[in-house]
Amino acid sequence: MTRRRPFRTASIAVVWLWLGLFALLPNLGLLLVTFLERGESDFVSLVFTWDNYARLADPVFVRILGESLWLAAASTLVCLLIGYPFAYAVATARRGLRPWLLLLVVIPFWTNSLIRTYALIIILKSQGIASNVLMALGLVSEPVSFMYGEFAVFTGLTYTLLPFMILPLYASIEKLDKRLLDAAKDLGASSLRAFWHVTLPLTLPGIVAGCMLVFLPSLGCFYIPEILGGAKSMLIGNFIKNQFLVARDWPLGAAASTIMTALLVLMIIGYWLSSRRVALRERKGADTGAATAGRTPDGGHDMTHGADGARRARGRA
Amino acid sequence: MADQEHIIELRGVTKTFEDTVALDSIDLTIRNGEFLTLLGPSGCGKTTILRLLSGFEQPTAGEVRINGQVVNRVPPEQRQVNTVFQNYALFPHMTVRDNVAFGLKMQGVAADETARRVHDALRMVHLETFADRKPRQLSGGQQQRVAIARAVINNPLVLLLDEPFSALDFKLRKQMQLEIKHLQRQLGITFVFVTHDQEEAFAMSDRVVVMNEGRIEQIGAPKEIYEEPANMYVARFVGDINALPGRIDAVRLDWSAAPGAPLAPPAPGTPEHAALPPDLKPGEHLYDATVGGTVFPVRSPRRLAPGDAVQVLLRPEDLRIDRIAVAETPDWPHLWGRIEESVYKGATVDLVITLDDGQRLMAAEFFNEDDEDINYNPGERVAVSWVDGWEVLLPDDAA
Ligand SMILES: Nc1ncnc2c1ncn2[C@@H]1O[C@H](COP(=O)(O)OP(=O)(O)O)[C@@H](O)[C@H]1O
Ligand SMILES: [Mg+2]
Repeated sequence: MTRRRPFRTASIAVVWLWLGLFALLPNLGLLLVTFLERGESDFVSLVFTWDNYARLADPVFVRILGESLWLAAASTLVCLLIGYPFAYAVATARRGLRPWLLLLVVIPFWTNSLIRTYALIIILKSQGIASNVLMALGLVSEPVSFMYGEFAVFTGLTYTLLPFMILPLYASIEKLDKRLLDAAKDLGASSLRAFWHVTLPLTLPGIVAGCMLVFLPSLGCFYIPEILGGAKSMLIGNFIKNQFLVARDWPLGAAASTIMTALLVLMIIGYWLSSRRVALRERKGADTGAATAGRTPDGGHDMTHGADGARRARGRA
Repeated sequence: MADQEHIIELRGVTKTFEDTVALDSIDLTIRNGEFLTLLGPSGCGKTTILRLLSGFEQPTAGEVRINGQVVNRVPPEQRQVNTVFQNYALFPHMTVRDNVAFGLKMQGVAADETARRVHDALRMVHLETFADRKPRQLSGGQQQRVAIARAVINNPLVLLLDEPFSALDFKLRKQMQLEIKHLQRQLGITFVFVTHDQEEAFAMSDRVVVMNEGRIEQIGAPKEIYEEPANMYVARFVGDINALPGRIDAVRLDWSAAPGAPLAPPAPGTPEHAALPPDLKPGEHLYDATVGGTVFPVRSPRRLAPGDAVQVLLRPEDLRIDRIAVAETPDWPHLWGRIEESVYKGATVDLVITLDDGQRLMAAEFFNEDDEDINYNPGERVAVSWVDGWEVLLPDDAA
């Protein structure tokens, strides 16, 4: 254990340096800016103020934040509902087929996502593909447009972020020991109950990872709402972008960004605390077991002559 | 509950996977309350039989009956059969208690009854203090016990165990064999056990089914299988064996001959009857057979005719080895050979002997307080014979 691992130490140091330089430092800078006043020539002037946060107490901003959270949550949920069955099907397909099915998930990445978002317009616009299909099916009598609004943004977010849900789900479902499902059925569980009691809890890490990978980017995303939402929908991503690039109000944009980050950090801490409470409860149980473990040597007792067996085992040891 | 004498019946069961025939027309009847072991090399179809019984596979042809009912199409969750899986398959996210309670929970058993039965089951396997642990916090032997408790708590008609000890070390495995055997006696549940280890099969079972390439070669009590193997495959699989080629010279006693006929068994009380070997079982015919140029008296329940080629099977411990002084000849039928190798084994000495005709034999001599010296030197000349009646005759198909 005293052996030195120069390579490991060096590579960890590089990662820390990277994070420090390119993540921690800029974020500290951002945090600093939130307490400064807006400047005329240099974007910020070095005057301390709480005013930027006070300005965000505006109901308009609160509404934008609420709408963003709602949209992100909805698209995360829909990604999960679509992604889980798909990931499950891929993970249980024939081994030789799986890489090809996964390729289907990855292929869209070969096209720039901005272009794909513009392509969505062709589907969603009035007399677009979606509208024509509905007309042909006789479900609507005149052309409909899905464009410019919450629904289009929601569609865009779900479509763009779905692969980020599928990949971690696939990884965790594929890792799941299918013999556990046999065991559950052997013990009298129907397929549905085996899924609920075994598959779902054991793939929870994949679900959590997928939800984070969809929820976080969809909350901060600004180009999809901008392209598909039109002037009607303003989400927090657009709000922040506008402060920096249009209104040139860096401190306000920085404050909005900080609030969003704080919200995400709070959510992660909440998740961590709840999973730690579960782990802690288990540990406590395990410790009561461990207290007696020393006295009962492993396998040292006979099932029918318990005390006898234990004595014999000790005698042998 | 079980109300049939035969708890499981397989009739003409065939199972094919694409182009492999895993089971080829199997007939097998399992008695209620017995400890039955499926024994055979890897890939011979043992697991497939268990999966047909537990419901994870359907037979391609034939019929599976459990407790008198045909269950070919009954899914696993509706069968009153439980399995101890090869790798235990414990639910890693549940405590030991929740693992054991799982079956009762699926049946909707009330919480207080569940708690009581889980406690009893854990006490039975001596794990009551480990109830709140997760499986990964247990040793292999303890996980094994949890898997057993989780299965037997459901009071199955039949408990299936698929190579349950394969992950345990030698000592623990020996101990678990005893414990499982005790448990089976105590519970009275029918156990169907799978192993590829003949010693394990013999140590635990009431009956053993020897399998080979999807077929059953022999079914019988361990002693029957060992002492009276039905064919060469079984003989070789369940232990070391010597096979000496021979030929039937004459029939001396034939149980199928009409009473009074020259070869018929003599009536009790006659001098001819008294002259029969005292340990001769009814139905065993007596023959003279030439083996390696010497005529030996042999016996077999098989009907053979003069001129038939046979294989005389002898376990190493059946052989009798005698050190004979030069120029002397024993007055019992024997073969001459030379000691090739002598390996001290504690309770026995294992010998490799080359007969004068070049065939090699394995022999095992037991140490005995007042016995002659059995420490042979390589090159020593010995007379080889066997205890009359311990040989097994098989027709020599190859000849
Ligand atoms: N699901 C399956 N698909 C294809 N072949 C299988 C399957 N299950 C078993 N087999 C084949 O059937 C034969 C018997 O297998 P198995 O019953 O597992 O043997 P054992 O348990 O005696 O080692 C083997 O040749 C195996 O390759
Ligand atoms: Mg197997």
